[in-house]
Amino acid sequence: MTDRHNGKVPAVEVQDLTVAYREQPALWDVDLTVPSGVLLAIVGPNGAGKTTLLKAILGLLRPVAGQVLVFGQPVEQQRRRISYVPQRGSVDWDFPTSVLDVVMMGTYGELGWIRRPGRRERERALAALDQVGMRELSDRQISQLSGGQQQRVFLARALVQDADIYLMDEPFQGVDALTERAIVTLLQQLRAQGKTVMAVHHDLQTVPEYFDWVMLLNVRRIACGPVTEVFNEQNLRLTYGGRFAMAAFAREVEEAAPAIVTPDRSRSGGDDHGTGAA
Amino acid sequence: MALALPDLAPDYTLRTVALGAMLLGLSSGVVGTYAVLRRESLLGDAMSHAALPGIALAFLLTHSKESALLLAGAVAAGWLGALLVSAITRTTRVKLDTALGLILSVFFGFGLVLLTFIQKQPDASQAGLDRFLFGQAASLLRRDVMVMGAGTVAVLLAVLLLWKEFKLLVFDPDFARVLGLRVRLLEVILTSMIVLAIVVGLQTVGVVLMSAMVVAPAAAARQWTDRLGLMVLLSALFGVVAGMSGALISSLTPRLPTGPTIVLAVSGLVLVSLLFAPNRGLVWNWARERGRRGQVRAEGMLRQLAALAEHHGSLEHGHPSAVLRASGWSPEQVEHVLHDLESAGYVRQVGADRWAITAAGMARVRPAAEAENAGDAPARPAASGTEVTGEGQP
Repeated sequence: MTDRHNGKVPAVEVQDLTVAYREQPALWDVDLTVPSGVLLAIVGPNGAGKTTLLKAILGLLRPVAGQVLVFGQPVEQQRRRISYVPQRGSVDWDFPTSVLDVVMMGTYGELGWIRRPGRRERERALAALDQVGMRELSDRQISQLSGGQQQRVFLARALVQDADIYLMDEPFQGVDALTERAIVTLLQQLRAQGKTVMAVHHDLQTVPEYFDWVMLLNVRRIACGPVTEVFNEQNLRLTYGGRFAMAAFAREVEEAAPAIVTPDRSRSGGDDHGTGAA
Repeated sequence: MALALPDLAPDYTLRTVALGAMLLGLSSGVVGTYAVLRRESLLGDAMSHAALPGIALAFLLTHSKESALLLAGAVAAGWLGALLVSAITRTTRVKLDTALGLILSVFFGFGLVLLTFIQKQPDASQAGLDRFLFGQAASLLRRDVMVMGAGTVAVLLAVLLLWKEFKLLVFDPDFARVLGLRVRLLEVILTSMIVLAIVVGLQTVGVVLMSAMVVAPAAAARQWTDRLGLMVLLSALFGVVAGMSGALISSLTPRLPTGPTIVLAVSGLVLVSLLFAPNRGLVWNWARERGRRGQVRAEGMLRQLAALAEHHGSLEHGHPSAVLRASGWSPEQVEHVLHDLESAGYVRQVGADRWAITAAGMARVRPAAEAENAGDAPARPAASGTEVTGEGQP
């Protein structure tokens, strides 16, 4: 985990990826190259295969065709370098366990068979909870958490892994403005450490503000690249279909985005992305 | 526990039966925790029913009544049933509950056919296989208990060694796979443990009731705790207690079958847990709900009295309780709430059936009212509130 990749080997490389659920293709011939160290948003309408793409990259699904490389190798050989923040609804939050316990699960991979987490793992989990501002809730039963807190617990669990690539499935879904801020700050810290983040994202308005790369997906790959180059009305229309409302919304995004971004950006400390959209 | 038994149960048969019943409760209690948390409670039911043809076939092939052999047949058939359930759900559109029902009935039906066939054979040694249907604890031999003990030890070892693996597998299998855990292998081990636990109990409780021993202790334990470790311990304890008390009760009462008595004992534990466990119990919830409703009611009444006091501009003026009978409360309810409020110092009685709010009651109600209309006029209600309160103070 010490070696850095300075854009030589892409963090994630997907070639000709096709995934189908009962003949219905969820992903069709998708190519994708994600350079190391970017924050990438994956956007697309419902059923576009965004979650499927993440799961296929993680090896949770068996693709019909195509291959996935993580830092140039099959994902099975890079388990320690890749982490996952699933959708909150993917687990039963009534499971009898505590916040700290869930976060410590992030260490199970490196511990290997049988060995239990000890004090070192505990400390790391607490540090990760600190990062997401949840330390004081470490003893809490997980069923008592709010949606935003659940999300932050999952983020902390991924942080504990200290991976190089983080795949996040709708990290902003159902969280309040304050939590959203906290998560954005966290994403920027990750990027500052040279980590790569791929996140499924639904709020088109905030794409230029939060991310520097974007992938537009609707079963097929519509476009992928720096936000300034590919996040435009034409690509959005291709992604979301010719629907009037969407097209109008996309235009609104392009016009509004720089205006919305500027005041926030001065606070979050100077990013250099998103301005080219206008 | 085995050491304490001799005084409790001097009788050899009873000792064997009680020990067997405790082992059964222990193993199925531990394993059941995982089955219940994985929402696979019915997998146990399907697998125990599926074990029956295995027992019958083992007998037909070997003509031996050696229980280790018969139980080996049970393990194989139970496993096959589990495999088929997983194959059906994975390759067809049939849902899990349907697949479980299918496997359960097909295997069990086949088992009954084989059992009938065996009973019709001239061979005299066939008698007694039907003890696996409802269990026959009295037929337990020391050797059987040793086999059960081995199965229990295997189950406990697996849980102890693979503690964190099983926890993650149950909570978030996808994440387990992302971490590189061998999820398939773990699932195979967990299923094997369920099969083992079932086989441990077959002779005592029988294939029909065995699933109760897997589900019930865990369901009861879940009511009492929010920690997995404690839940496993409690579930094991409940299983052991039910097993032992079932064995003892049935031995003290003539013609009371052991297996069903054990199942009744564990059902009793479930009932108590569902009703009385703190936080999750029904009684607890009911009391909490009642308390909350009473609080809302009291709050509303206090607010009415405050409004009346403001209208009259005085805290001295008493109001008859009939005035307060809003939103369909009965006179008794109004009376009851008023007395509660009086003992809390928020209202006082100023005459026969005449009630007035106190300064303390005013102070309690008004901040909330301020917060409510804080949007439109933050200053005014606060002023009027203090005005009225001030008037009432000597």
